Amino acid sequence: MAPLVKVENLRVTARDERGRLSVIVKDVSFEVQPGEVVALIGESGSGKTTIALSLMGYARSGARIAGGKITFDGRDVLSLSKRELSSLRGRNITYVPQSAAASFNPARPLLKQVIESSQIHKMMPQAEAKTEAVALFRELVLPDPEHVGERYPHQVSGGQLQRLLAAMALVTDPKLIIFDEPTTALDVTTQIEVLRVFKKAIKERGTTAVYVSHDLAVVAQMADRIIVLRDGIIREVDATGRILSEPKNDYTKSLIAAAEPHTRATAPGAIQTKAAPPVLEVKSVVAGYGATDRDGVPVLPVLRDVGLSIKAGTTLGVIGESGCGKSTLARVIAGLLPAARGEVLLDGAPLPRRASQRTRDQLRRIQILFQMADTAVNPSRTVGRILGRPLEFYHGLGGDQCRRRVAELLDMVRLPAMMAERYPGELSGGQKQRVNLARALAAKPSLILCDEITSALDTVVGAAILDLLAELQREVGVAYLFISHDLSTVKAVCDEVMILYAGQMMEHGSRRALGQRPLHPYSDLLISSVPELRQGWLDGISENVLKEASVGVARPGRGEACSFFERCAVRVPGRCDVEPTPLRSLTKGAKIRCQRTEEELIDLSAR
Amino acid sequence: MSMVVVRLVLSRIAIAILTLGFVSVAVFVGTEILPGDVAEAILGQGATPEAVAGLRAALHLDQPAHIRYFLWLGGLLSGDPGRSLVNNLPVAELIASRLPNSLMLAAVTAVVCVPIALTLGILSAVWRGSLFDRAANFLTTSIVAVPEFLIATLAVIVFAVRLRWFPALSYAAGIISLDQFFRLFALPVFTLSCVLTAWMMRMTRAAMIDTLRSSYVEMAVLKGARPMRVVLTHALPNTIGPIANAVALSLSYLLGGAIIVEIVFNYPGLARLLVDAVSTRDMPLVQACVMIFCSAYLYLLMLADIAGILSNPRLRHR
Amino acid sequence: MSADQTITAVAAPALPRRRFRLPLAGIIGAGVVGFWVVIAIIGPYIVPHDVGALVDDDLFGRMRWALPLGSDYLGRDVLSRIIIGARYSIGVAAAATFLAVFMGGTLGMLAAVSRGAVDMALSRFFDALISIPSKMSALVVIAALGSSIPVLVGTVAVIYTPGAFRIWRALAVNVNALDFVEVARARGEGTGYLIREEILPNIAGPVLTDFGLRFVFAMLLLSGLSFLGLGVQPPNADWGSLVRENINGLADGALAVVMPAVAIASVTIGVNLVIDNLPGRWSSTGEH
Repeated sequence: MAPLVKVENLRVTARDERGRLSVIVKDVSFEVQPGEVVALIGESGSGKTTIALSLMGYARSGARIAGGKITFDGRDVLSLSKRELSSLRGRNITYVPQSAAASFNPARPLLKQVIESSQIHKMMPQAEAKTEAVALFRELVLPDPEHVGERYPHQVSGGQLQRLLAAMALVTDPKLIIFDEPTTALDVTTQIEVLRVFKKAIKERGTTAVYVSHDLAVVAQMADRIIVLRDGIIREVDATGRILSEPKNDYTKSLIAAAEPHTRATAPGAIQTKAAPPVLEVKSVVAGYGATDRDGVPVLPVLRDVGLSIKAGTTLGVIGESGCGKSTLARVIAGLLPAARGEVLLDGAPLPRRASQRTRDQLRRIQILFQMADTAVNPSRTVGRILGRPLEFYHGLGGDQCRRRVAELLDMVRLPAMMAERYPGELSGGQKQRVNLARALAAKPSLILCDEITSALDTVVGAAILDLLAELQREVGVAYLFISHDLSTVKAVCDEVMILYAGQMMEHGSRRALGQRPLHPYSDLLISSVPELRQGWLDGISENVLKEASVGVARPGRGEACSFFERCAVRVPGRCDVEPTPLRSLTKGAKIRCQRTEEELIDLSAR
Repeated sequence: MSMVVVRLVLSRIAIAILTLGFVSVAVFVGTEILPGDVAEAILGQGATPEAVAGLRAALHLDQPAHIRYFLWLGGLLSGDPGRSLVNNLPVAELIASRLPNSLMLAAVTAVVCVPIALTLGILSAVWRGSLFDRAANFLTTSIVAVPEFLIATLAVIVFAVRLRWFPALSYAAGIISLDQFFRLFALPVFTLSCVLTAWMMRMTRAAMIDTLRSSYVEMAVLKGARPMRVVLTHALPNTIGPIANAVALSLSYLLGGAIIVEIVFNYPGLARLLVDAVSTRDMPLVQACVMIFCSAYLYLLMLADIAGILSNPRLRHR
Repeated sequence: MSADQTITAVAAPALPRRRFRLPLAGIIGAGVVGFWVVIAIIGPYIVPHDVGALVDDDLFGRMRWALPLGSDYLGRDVLSRIIIGARYSIGVAAAATFLAVFMGGTLGMLAAVSRGAVDMALSRFFDALISIPSKMSALVVIAALGSSIPVLVGTVAVIYTPGAFRIWRALAVNVNALDFVEVARARGEGTGYLIREEILPNIAGPVLTDFGLRFVFAMLLLSGLSFLGLGVQPPNADWGSLVRENINGLADGALAVVMPAVAIASVTIGVNLVIDNLPGRWSSTGEH
């Protein structure tokens, strides 16, 4: 059978803002057979999206398809006229982009946009296209399929928008669909439902698809064949199963190694220090934005009655989805956002709520690391000066002493000493994050707050940072509060884990307890939503867990009732949404906040 | 329209009124810091103390400043901003004789400029980077960077002196035929239009380019939409707000630009009245004219804001 | 952050530090501006004739070797008057701009770093000030105080302070929201350190651009005032005054009218050429 898509020696060049020319896709050749799902996998800058877009004869501004040949369905795409290209796009090849919110025109109702390609290509009358679209909405499990199309993009949730994009791509019944990181912007519990719907739609239609992603575990569920890309060059092409089980290329191996969970936490040491008093305690903190009412609750509460404690030299992981308040928690502890109620204790002594009221020594002992390594270092100061400032500020070091210490710090984070003269703009993302870490270490803190510090980095680079964190903890005995949205990262580095949902603590226990049932219903959903690096994982998930997952939305309310109520599969209406939720201790050693008793939860999960 | 939109629009109107109040205080204070005594200034050096005292009482100069402010504000609001210090004519009458001329000039200019500027601005955004775009960009940059009187004088040299198409000076009174109307307005309108079109076009282009860079425009292209459709159905509806904003902001330029143009072409409008009043330090007239200009300016800024609110789909469909 | 629409680029991160090269148009612009600045400084030493001297029997005399730009409405040397006029045109505008940017910039950064009530009060005050058209403010003050060089400098400085405040505040707010400023704040640094070490170095580029734009506005306003007879007063004359006093030569297309206007245009277009050709991270778009 002739391939549907044949790419030969594709070469794409791009000009950066200084006008320098670089080759971003180098001599790429591959084929896609009809009915096949091929994944393009790689990290940022690997050229995966550029290749996918060039299949439609499209290059983003600044980029240019400089050479090679693309044959689609017997036609030479790169020699088509603009008019011919337009008739191809949206009809024979459709595109599902990453950011649904940005890809919908905010000024037009959704249905008009979903059926637009069928109208552009004059494939069917408008009424027929509408019926078709509603059928698709139903197939893609969109709530209220009859009327969702009358809404505007900002009136619909992210997971639903992503499914509407898929409907838009399916409505013309194309020969090829390009998925470009379609679930990357979604939370993990939302992603899973979208993935299932996509997979079902592809399988039932036998559609040919190109699936672009950086996430190996996701790709393992969706693709028949995987193309591994790095720096615009194909590193390895093979069937999905073989890539996972016997990768040949070194880069592929490192990708798989980074995606597979392996524990770095200081397990044995942590148990010894169990008797030690906690270095940090947070007690019933309420925090948020806007004016506070008479009870001291802010207008927009983000954290509602959150408590935790971290023992010296150990790591507490805080995990939750976007908007759950995990970053706010770090800012409250650091004193950047004063808590409205509750207190933060350092070594048993209460800390003033504002950083500006804390003593220099209190400030020194808690350091904070941010997600965006790029913006966390002052771009107009040298690395030496960035690291020198805390040394001078907290320890009064100057001159040679300071320079020596800077070199030591750089060595601790595995950077060469000559980095001290560089500006942040000359460093890579991973190097900048190491500089941030060194700056935190310069203070000799007892606790470092790590806020999503690996999320913006490529998997392999992020894994190296996690290794470094674990080593440093063994060397200097610092404690971490490790905040992340990624369960496998948290499991890899943390001794204890706290799960946060819409500003409420849902479960708090040791890493081991997280692997044992019963779990809090949200913990259960979260854990089962994380894609595993094996084929068929997606098909094997129990419907029960996912039943409610993608329907409701998280709303941090004002009361003390459960904020997970709307999405919970085992909720008790009239109780969960009304009464204050009790904190329960489970026999596995963890604490959960739930109306259901331990016995009830065991029963329910057995069903 | 939802309550939110109504509330936002009302708050914009309230802000505009408050700001106008602030402006009136600023104008009053600004004109009252005049060194020396107005009464003496009017009557001259040789006036008797009795005459000065009499005039002071008549002008309420013996009252404290805040009382005088409210007297003045009350006068303005009731349409009686006092009498000119120079020729003792009622200020209201002086303004009434000039205001229609100024409004006419502004209206004709706006009618000429808006369609041209919007079309050129949108085209140059759609064809950005093209020769047309670069030429337009160079031209508008130069026009905006050049004093208005340079454009006015060049226009006179080219059209009136060299080509002799139009008279160099214009008089709005006693227009007889359409032909005459056209000839009299041509040069002032041309000069104002040059600058106004340049401003409006630059702002329109910037707003349009912002929209054309968005993901949903790329998505429309990838759905197979042709350029015309992309611009008309996807980009334009989202640019109406910013463009309306640009138009209102540009029109506010007319107020300042008119000053130079009315002087160069000896056009009997409000701006020339103001400049004459400033030269003769005719304070009641200065105050009244400045308040008219400031109100018009604030009104345009308010319209710009409201246009932005009304065209925001997130606010319209909640 | 709706208040920050004016900003196009701030401290673009992750770009390798390199010296930027100005494109040809930028170099030409810089050359023209530099030329006029030099002329303004050395003017009195190079004028061929005394500015007040009647050197020509003809009025609006034609150009010739002794009078390269001809003579004006009294028979004075146009070239000499333009050379001396550069001092007033450029000097007054530069002094006013410097004052405006100093006042607006300092308060703008203070507002951004202090946040809360200080920011609110300053922003509201300058928002109200900016709602008076610049020409109106100038006319009111000149009506009240008369026109002299200190009054002109002060008035134009006050007129452009709110604009400078807005831009500096917006730029500083953007930088202030970046994590490295949060890190410094969490370290316990004071307001002075935050402004000096963390904010200022990272907005230096756009802020210089803003200085240039504001200088152009100031120069256009001042020459407009002089053209109306309300700016620099005789016997001194800036370029705007030169256009005004020779306006009767307009009908003959006399160089005495055209050349001062061209001089103004060359400076303002020159500054614009430099600004337009700066690298993206330097840009800030000012309002008119």
